[in-house]
Amino acid sequence: MTNLKLTDVAKTYSGNIDVLNNINLDIKTGELIVFVGPSGCGKSTLLRMIAGLETISDGEFTIDGERMNEMPPAQRGIAMVFQSYALYPHMTVRDNMSFALKLAKKTPEEIDTAITKVANTLQLTEYLDRLPKALSGGQRQRVAIGRSIVRDPKVYLFDEPLSNLDAALRVATRIEIAQLKESMPESTMVYVTHDQVEAMTLASRIVVLANKGIAQVGTPLELYETPENEFVAQFIGSPAMNLLPGKIVETGETTQVSLTHGAGVIASAVPTAADLKGANVNVGIRPEDLLPTTGENFAFESKIEISEALGEVTQVYFKRQSPDSAPVIAKLLGIHRNVRNTSMRMSAEADKVHLFADGQSLHYR
Amino acid sequence: MSGIAGTKSSLTWAVHLSLVAMVLLWLFPTVGLFVSSFRTTDQISTGGWWKAMSSSEQSTTLRTSSPETQIGKDGVFLIEGNLFDEGSEAEISVWGTSSRSIDDYKAGDTAELKNGATITVAANGDYIMQSTETLTGKRGQRVFVTALTPPEFTLDNYKNVLFDENNREGMAKAFFNTLTVTIPATIIPILVAAFAAYALAWMDFPGRALLIAAVVGLLVVPLQLALIPLLKLHNEIGIGKGYLGAWLAHTGFGLPLAIYLLRNYMVGLPRDIIENAKVDGATDFQIFIKIILPLSFPALASFAIFQFLWTWNDLLVALVFLIDSSGETTVMTKQIVELLGTRGGNWEILATSAFVSIAVPLVVFFAMQKYLVRGLLAGSVK
Amino acid sequence: MHPAFQAILTIIIGVGGCVGYFYFSNQFLDKVVFPPKGVHAGRNITRANMIRPWLFLFPALTALGLYLAYPVFETLRLSLSERVPGGGSQFVGLANYEQMFSESKFWEAMRNNLLWLIVVPALSTVFGLIAAQLSDRVRWGNIAKSLIFMPMAISFVGAAVIFKLVYDTRPVDQDQIGVLNALYLFFGGNQPVTWLTQVPWNSFLLMIVLVWIQTGFAMVILSAALRGIPEETIEAAIVDGANPFQVFFKIKVPQIMSTIVVVWTTITIVVLKVFDIVFAMTNGQWETQVLANYMYDKLFRASDWGVGSASAMIIMLLVSPILVWNVYNARKEMQ
Repeated sequence: MTNLKLTDVAKTYSGNIDVLNNINLDIKTGELIVFVGPSGCGKSTLLRMIAGLETISDGEFTIDGERMNEMPPAQRGIAMVFQSYALYPHMTVRDNMSFALKLAKKTPEEIDTAITKVANTLQLTEYLDRLPKALSGGQRQRVAIGRSIVRDPKVYLFDEPLSNLDAALRVATRIEIAQLKESMPESTMVYVTHDQVEAMTLASRIVVLANKGIAQVGTPLELYETPENEFVAQFIGSPAMNLLPGKIVETGETTQVSLTHGAGVIASAVPTAADLKGANVNVGIRPEDLLPTTGENFAFESKIEISEALGEVTQVYFKRQSPDSAPVIAKLLGIHRNVRNTSMRMSAEADKVHLFADGQSLHYR
Repeated sequence: MSGIAGTKSSLTWAVHLSLVAMVLLWLFPTVGLFVSSFRTTDQISTGGWWKAMSSSEQSTTLRTSSPETQIGKDGVFLIEGNLFDEGSEAEISVWGTSSRSIDDYKAGDTAELKNGATITVAANGDYIMQSTETLTGKRGQRVFVTALTPPEFTLDNYKNVLFDENNREGMAKAFFNTLTVTIPATIIPILVAAFAAYALAWMDFPGRALLIAAVVGLLVVPLQLALIPLLKLHNEIGIGKGYLGAWLAHTGFGLPLAIYLLRNYMVGLPRDIIENAKVDGATDFQIFIKIILPLSFPALASFAIFQFLWTWNDLLVALVFLIDSSGETTVMTKQIVELLGTRGGNWEILATSAFVSIAVPLVVFFAMQKYLVRGLLAGSVK
Repeated sequence: MHPAFQAILTIIIGVGGCVGYFYFSNQFLDKVVFPPKGVHAGRNITRANMIRPWLFLFPALTALGLYLAYPVFETLRLSLSERVPGGGSQFVGLANYEQMFSESKFWEAMRNNLLWLIVVPALSTVFGLIAAQLSDRVRWGNIAKSLIFMPMAISFVGAAVIFKLVYDTRPVDQDQIGVLNALYLFFGGNQPVTWLTQVPWNSFLLMIVLVWIQTGFAMVILSAALRGIPEETIEAAIVDGANPFQVFFKIKVPQIMSTIVVVWTTITIVVLKVFDIVFAMTNGQWETQVLANYMYDKLFRASDWGVGSASAMIIMLLVSPILVWNVYNARKEMQ
């Protein structure tokens, strides 16, 4: 039963360079929490602060109610899997995995039992006496994970563990990690990645970090269906959500919006208060939610410039409305031939129409 | 690991203190020599150089001015003055007029002299000698003082060692001789080695691997092995002992290191640039002069500094190939060895001469340390 | 002529000669011998390129062959012969070696060299490693490293003078000016000791001079090696529960072991060649003799080229294991 709690945690480097501010997070037992965000957003720094490899400049970090700010890493009950695996190159796989246990003065029998068990789980038994340089990338990754499991920690920390693997191996190892988590329902895991697919597939909850702070915390589907701000909206989901300029025409339980490059008004399931009438908003519609329409009211109409036939979907890129805006993208199911240079009218279901004012979602007002 | 949580500050302090202790330990021998070179013989013999910074108590014999300087005033004859030299800040504690009792009087006391005169000596050395009769004698009165002398430093040793032309043991000539040996011995190997290094790095030919291995092997060969055969050779072809012999020897001995360093560096140069030049039609010679040499500057500088320090500090090669019995050719290292033998107890000369000989390498070292370090690291870190 | 002129002339001739040689020989090869035109243009270019490396290598190979390779064999030959009055020499087999092995001074030198070989590389490497680790994490580390490295710039003779001052002895009624005696008396010694005559301490005191110099070398190289250790292996060890000492000995040192070996062997070679220090400080007296000094003694004081060469061959013999090891590694690297 391990709860981690971060209260008003901040990180500043000397010279008043602040990296993170106002981090408030409550991680419950058994969660697989994923920190995700663009490079430089501080996710690795936050993980390292939890590990104790970086000092916490402000705020408090507790594990099970006990303050951890000044506690050295070895006494926090954590184990960490590094991006580059960090295996000790001069030690065999067995010695790598038993290093921590020997330091903790466990008996040779205890060590042996633990290693045998973990080696079996991760299929490392035949590699136990090899040196890391004689292993493939995937095998090294499993040794790194094994090294953590052997210590039976309260919290597992993963720092972008799949980044150094090739694409196919990444998928396979991702599934292995998911299965590992299933087999350890009581363990708490904190996982850092820049890959939102990893985040979406592995996480029980995702923490999106941006602009030196937390952009949103929620389950994968919460982030997908009800993003709190434009950043999260465009970070989750690929290709990114389209943001189309528009204006609120009618407020109420459902909102009517008119879009600059559309016609008429379309409905959004986001309820709005009366004071928002006439407000300028960004209308967010995901590419997979844009459907061709023939009606008089539509969100967007333009010529298709590029069409990518992927088989299961056809991704179409509409002509840009202005030189510095991103092209609107739509994902059409199935195969659509000869759509280049044709004009298409697109709209979306009301519950797929998001509204953002000043970057914030009106869903949460 | 400054960012790790829970790092005890006591550990950090321990690290700082240990490092300070180690640095001081490594520094103090050189500092001792340096300080000693600024002291006079007397000062050196009164105590270790570590006492040089504080005042030391010395007992000396001083004299008042001669009676010729006496002035008459109101029936009293006076000699006034100061016992010490101009500008001295010594402070007298006790003094006396007889060599058997040098501490009869304290500063400020008045003593009665045998001829009825009195003498008063103040702490700063001011004295008044009075008598109702004319003072006689040719020389002044002897006064034995024990005084606290503040630290004094002198440049006399350096003047003596460097600039005194009559000083046969002077370093000026040796300095120029050392320079004469060092500069050609540094420049020539560079050029010869650069060409060879380029061939071993970028040209493909049978036996290349073998030659590289041979160079690595020759790096280890101790130069003691080469002394007799080469001396014989030099004598036979008529060079005998002299600068030419020394230059050739240093070149030969320095080549393995030069080729090794330069080749290691050249191998790391981007292949694209060279191949591009070849495609553009440049000959190997042109590629070497216009591309390789300029790009290899750091390695060239590293070796140059190595070789410079090595030849400047060398003793053995100079003894064998340069110095003959005429004494005309000598290098600073040899001079110092001589001084150790003949003037072993005269530390003011020894220290100064030694420091003159190590001054230039120290300057070169501190100025070009970056290159020296880089040269050392080439091929050493695996 | 005035040596300065001679020097400048030599530089001009040397540099000019080198450049001239390379330039003209290349021109000759390319334009005259294998011109890239006519029927055989292609073949000529290939031939020119095959010969060219040897043009580039020729001066260096000549110098190396003459100054380092030939002497090895010649010294071997000299060690097996005896000079005959009136010039020339005659082959005497192993007589020189027998004579050398019968001299106690030779065995004293061998024993001392062995001692030097054990003590100096070990101490230098250990101190260098400590200095490298300490200065690595400290803000003023670079200054510290500079100061510890500085003795490397000083000649061995200069170092000999510096330490002679440290070991100096004055009669008991005078103030001591040597730090060692001052400390000795301060801590309760009765009389100042002439350290350099005390057997066996004097050899160790001489070794300290070389350790003082070589520690900086070891430190510079080991510092770079320490920097090359992946930071994450150290972090992983900290997370695993290792304290700084355990991290150092179990994680850092094993990872730089190959560099430690390189440093150790390089210092070993320097130790075998050490001549200046012993020559300047004791000249081999009071049982401090070493092989290099012994050799010099035989060559230039006794004018005994036979035994001198034999002792040089012994030095070569002692160095050869390292030579073989280095060449072996160099070839392995090039595969």
